[in-house]
Amino acid sequence: METDTVPLVKQSPKTDPRIKLIAAKIKKENYKPDALIEILHTAQNAYGYLPKDILAFITKELRLPPSRVYSTATFYHFFSLKSKGEHTCLVCTGTACYVKGSQQLLNAIENGFGLIPGQVSPDNKLGVQVARCIGACGLAPVMVLDDEVHGKVKPEEVVNTIKEKISTI
Amino acid sequence: MNRQDLKNIIAEEKNKEELNKKKHKICVCCGAGCISSGAEEVMKKLNEEIKTRNLENDIEVIPTGCMGPCSKGPLMNFLPSNTIYQKIDCTNIAAIVQNQVIEKKPIEHLLLFSDSREKTFIDAREDPFFKKQLKIALKDCGYINPERIEDYLIHDGYKALDKVLFEMTAEDVIAEVKQSRIRGRGGAGYPTGLKWETVYKYVNDQKYVICNGDEGDPGAFMDRSVLEGNPHRVLEGMAIAAYAIGANKGYAYIRGEYPLAIKRFETAIKQAKKFGLLGTNILGTQFSFDVEVRIGAGAFVCGEETALIASIEGKRGTPRPRPPFPAESGLWSKPTLINNVETLAAIAPIINNGGEWYNEIGTPKSSGTKVFALTGKINYAGVIEVPMGTTLREIVYDIGGGVQNGEEFKAAQTGGPSGGCIPPEHLDVKMDYESLVSLGSIMGSGGLIIMDKTSDMVDVARYFMEFCMDESCGKCVPCRVGTRMMHDLLQKICDHKATQIDLDRLEELAVYVKEASLCGLGGSAPNPLLSTLRHFRHEYENRIVKPGENIDHFNQLKYEQALHTN
Repeated sequence: METDTVPLVKQSPKTDPRIKLIAAKIKKENYKPDALIEILHTAQNAYGYLPKDILAFITKELRLPPSRVYSTATFYHFFSLKSKGEHTCLVCTGTACYVKGSQQLLNAIENGFGLIPGQVSPDNKLGVQVARCIGACGLAPVMVLDDEVHGKVKPEEVVNTIKEKISTI
Repeated sequence: MNRQDLKNIIAEEKNKEELNKKKHKICVCCGAGCISSGAEEVMKKLNEEIKTRNLENDIEVIPTGCMGPCSKGPLMNFLPSNTIYQKIDCTNIAAIVQNQVIEKKPIEHLLLFSDSREKTFIDAREDPFFKKQLKIALKDCGYINPERIEDYLIHDGYKALDKVLFEMTAEDVIAEVKQSRIRGRGGAGYPTGLKWETVYKYVNDQKYVICNGDEGDPGAFMDRSVLEGNPHRVLEGMAIAAYAIGANKGYAYIRGEYPLAIKRFETAIKQAKKFGLLGTNILGTQFSFDVEVRIGAGAFVCGEETALIASIEGKRGTPRPRPPFPAESGLWSKPTLINNVETLAAIAPIINNGGEWYNEIGTPKSSGTKVFALTGKINYAGVIEVPMGTTLREIVYDIGGGVQNGEEFKAAQTGGPSGGCIPPEHLDVKMDYESLVSLGSIMGSGGLIIMDKTSDMVDVARYFMEFCMDESCGKCVPCRVGTRMMHDLLQKICDHKATQIDLDRLEELAVYVKEASLCGLGGSAPNPLLSTLRHFRHEYENRIVKPGENIDHFNQLKYEQALHTN
């Protein structure tokens, strides 16, 4: 986690439709502080991560101390304060996947792209992450490329599968 | 809408169903596992196929929830003969429709388990995989469309709620649940009836019901199957619980990793509201109950009830000391009832068939059935539901079809990071709460992971400790520091750098962490370590550097010995 704190509240561009989306969500939740996690979900889905000025915006709208928003955002694995890359490759490391060799998948990805979980490639094309269990254990080992679930993935094929995905768009 | 209106609607639906009864029904499994294997495309292709053959009047296609054998997906079930085909892809749909529907000759080599069983069954229910099971919580999963409330209503849906509202008092409901002696299916096994009664006794104008769908155990996906396969059943259970304890507001806390379950549950809430089965004055009575979905954000500790409450309040999901228990002071300091998805799914059948009926299933101390997510090195991975007291051997060899590639069974891991491993000599253990605890494991939420010789038990312990270390919320020191220390020591053993002293220290530490942690996460974090030590101690001892054995470690050894003598 970066060491600097949340910057002071600053006005975000009103034209950004994503901000409007978040503002609408906050309004729908009646500015209730207990809906903070719901609102962070909306922001995370809109941006792919939680930019600091967005956190500041939410802080201001909900009239909460920045520490409360920041501590909640950093507590949950679902939220990230850093960009996760254009494409995300999420390898499940739940027990079933672990038993069926998810570590070999991660090794293959590290050899192929030089990325370990949590890292994003320098061109921001690919980010590698791990999940604790996505509940598709019958298909272990499982990898999620963007939102597409790939089951029974083989270590020797994983690099090509990812390369294909990156090059399609 | 009042009671009579609902009865009319159900009668009308049944009538419609009878009138439009088509000769064939094809259920396509649209559980998360099968969708990942391409069920949606199969469904599209199947509809096209039916259209081109002009069979629309003969065949009804139903997208359903999980059928069970997830590793064989996508699955397709032909009713009424109950013929299941496995691993459907777009190329063989035409042939299957031709053979099964028109020529009425099933294609043997595409039937379920045809690639591994010697004998396949036209009626899949005859197969040991299904025959040994008893489905109560999952009864309608795989047969009804989870996104249509009408389907559920025809299958006796909301009948229990109706019965409760018009024929029973709150005390009657609690007595019935107590008589069933159902225990919490989330893992701890606390008697559900007792929990309800405790909340009922606290007088407060505002009480809450929470459905715990934060299924965090890696390798467990039972709640997911229930929520995706039959969300209305859970909703009905919540409404009955609310009636019994006197609550008017409920929350369903569902993991963020389960988008499909969230979507289907939200759809279910909307439909139930439309039918007057949720909201104010349900079925014209004085009882009002509303449910809201809260989405988890990926924190294992939020499965702990006080942490879950904090999370619903929009805070960091950290547990707090108990007492006061949530039953007395829970969500926003009001009396709160928290039940697992699977527990709530079993409530409607208990009310419909009576507590005694449920009590007779299973073992004397653990009644009813339990859903397990059977995965790992097993031939038929998937979701199963068996009566309590079924032996592990029956689950692994009869239902699961044995260990993959004919390997030898080495261990079964139950209870996720809070549980332990069961070695081969205890294959005949009965799967119930007490028997598993006596082996140093726990029932847990129902993850059952089968391991063969490729699994190194020290590394398994390290894996789970790493999980607990990452997921520790950091509030209390024994858990925050203890899990890290234990992980480092286990890593040291895995790296062949540890000595006997490290092992002794590890065992000593495990007891401290277990005894001193604030919540269940820390309290059970040493379980995988302790159980592997108990059953596979030789694997640890083989890794340890004996004195003078390796010169590289000599200095460290001396240092540690010096530490000990001082």
